[in-house]
Amino acid sequence: MPDIAKPLAGALLLFCMATASGQPKQSHEAIPAFSKLDSIEARVQGCVTCHGQQGQGTANGYFPRIAGKPAGYLYNQLVGFRDGTRSYPPMNYLVAYLPDPYLKEMAQHFASLRPAFQPPEQPSASAATAERGRVLATLGDTAKGIPACIACHGKSLSGMEPGIPGLAGLRSTYIVGQLTRWRVGERRAADPDCMKRIATRLSDTDVAAVAAWLAQQTPPADASPEPSNLVRMPVACGSQR
Amino acid sequence: MRKSFQILLALCVLALLAAAAFFLLRPGHMPNQKKVERSGETNASTQLITKGEYLARAGDCVACHTVPNGPVFAGGRAMATPFGNLYVPNITPDDDTGIGLWTPDEFYRMLHTGVSRDGTLLYPAMPFASYTQVTRADSDAIFAYLMSVTPVKQANRAHELRFPFNNRELLIGWRTLYFKQGEFQPDPAQSAEWNRGAYLVRGLGHCAMCHTAVNALGGSSESKAFEGGMIPNQNWYAPSLTSNREAGLGDWKISEIADLLQVGVSHRGTVYGPMAEVVYNSLQYMTDEDAKAMAVYLKALPQKDDSPPPTSQARLVDPEVMETGRNVYVAQCAMCHGAEGKGQPPSFPVLAGNRSITMATPVNPIRMVLNGGYPPGTYKNPRPHGMPPFSHILNDDEVAAVVTYIRVAWGNSGTPVNAAQVNDLRKLLPE
Repeated sequence: MPDIAKPLAGALLLFCMATASGQPKQSHEAIPAFSKLDSIEARVQGCVTCHGQQGQGTANGYFPRIAGKPAGYLYNQLVGFRDGTRSYPPMNYLVAYLPDPYLKEMAQHFASLRPAFQPPEQPSASAATAERGRVLATLGDTAKGIPACIACHGKSLSGMEPGIPGLAGLRSTYIVGQLTRWRVGERRAADPDCMKRIATRLSDTDVAAVAAWLAQQTPPADASPEPSNLVRMPVACGSQR
Repeated sequence: MRKSFQILLALCVLALLAAAAFFLLRPGHMPNQKKVERSGETNASTQLITKGEYLARAGDCVACHTVPNGPVFAGGRAMATPFGNLYVPNITPDDDTGIGLWTPDEFYRMLHTGVSRDGTLLYPAMPFASYTQVTRADSDAIFAYLMSVTPVKQANRAHELRFPFNNRELLIGWRTLYFKQGEFQPDPAQSAEWNRGAYLVRGLGHCAMCHTAVNALGGSSESKAFEGGMIPNQNWYAPSLTSNREAGLGDWKISEIADLLQVGVSHRGTVYGPMAEVVYNSLQYMTDEDAKAMAVYLKALPQKDDSPPPTSQARLVDPEVMETGRNVYVAQCAMCHGAEGKGQPPSFPVLAGNRSITMATPVNPIRMVLNGGYPPGTYKNPRPHGMPPFSHILNDDEVAAVVTYIRVAWGNSGTPVNAAQVNDLRKLLPE
């Protein structure tokens, strides 16, 4: 993408996000709906306009799919949003006064769901960028000390118990946003913060390339996070302890 | 034979003595804490500290004196005010940076008069105008509790107030205008329950800090007590507790008021935003008796409606706006709040006849539609139902239309809102 096009595209995206207008563009999966009032399903209606009824994500690329991610990962994020260690004001506000057991229940609920994946994004980058993305995700870059995404996030990108999220079904805008936050220190995880080590080794083009490649993958239909005892982690991660 | 009998007897006596000695000198069981508490045999200082902890919760000290996720009572939290940032002090018993060297006398003087240990006048962000009502005995209990918490060495941060507000001499003027010193005096004409409620609401609860309008000097007038006001820098509206058009409680049941305070949800309304924080940190810990006492006092507040109800002219709504609002409502809101706005209380609040929706200032319903919200998770309602944000789905006109719709539908007595009001609030971060 030419240098000028990137900020333009970003501005356009922000504009679309800020002024969702006209007729409802929402699929019905993102409209409040439940069958029983006294159920976890009814209690998490506060999540559905952004993350979808089943946690499958919505048409808006910035809101992540949360369904099927490990419960431990989702719980860590909810606690982080509540306590302010992860900063995103709309989430910080929503969960500010919710107790641990309830956050755990919410996390387990979405971790247990396996809704269908949204169609993968279409390739838009050059062949060289696409190849760089594939290499980073599947092989890593030994010279730069970057392990492959699949080394921890699973060979089908479905994550690993208990603390590593699946990357399948995430949009490139979200992945770019999170990797960038990690690089500048706005997002962090339990020490030792493995993603910080990795993200700070990635260049701007690396981030764009790997995000684009990840968003184009078609995951297996009911992919579950891998158990934690199958692989040796290439870097030490606090969230896996 | 006789001799052997004597020896046997002596041996028996010795054995008995040894058994007795063993019985008396054996290591005792660890005292069972819970059992001791229940039987009311706690020593005086334990009772005092336990009482102080309860009262410190009633006063919600932790909300301001603790940085979110930081060490409890160690201060440092920035309080944004229209005059600049205040940084709340460390009130842990650290000798160097906290209140470890204070005496109960000095603590009471601070609470009662707003004068710190070294004679500095406190800024009225510290609600001493309310805390002045706290009794000496309760002040001593809170002090004993604060002395019992973990000391944290963390130096206080200097306030960042703009000129001229950085000059504490100005506080002399403020105090003359707005501060009336004096412990709570029970009203013998009222019940003990009313008096207990009045003491908690007017004193430690410091409800007036938000529910009485604050003027440009950060002062509030006693004649306007509990008449409601915008909370500075938070952009939520704290409704009037005395107006039946706002959160006036004239026609609420006592149990509904007590539920709202202690549980966070009720059959009449639900707390969100800053009041959710108050319930989460403070009111959920109140005993049933104290929650009820506060409800009794609040319900008995004299109801006065100074401003006339909106005219029918002011309530006119463009039929097109009403139709847009109805369409949005049916698509997005009716699932939880019902086609007729009856809600599914206490899980999903009722909208028909809910004065939080219809009161003159539409800030709160607009913010709820934009940002959604969860009531606080409390002991009596640990898994509250929540509302999602709609700011990314509805544009300003649609939010204005649906808020207008719920303010006038089903016999609700509110007035229309416009897109500009929505846009102003959309620019703010949710909090």
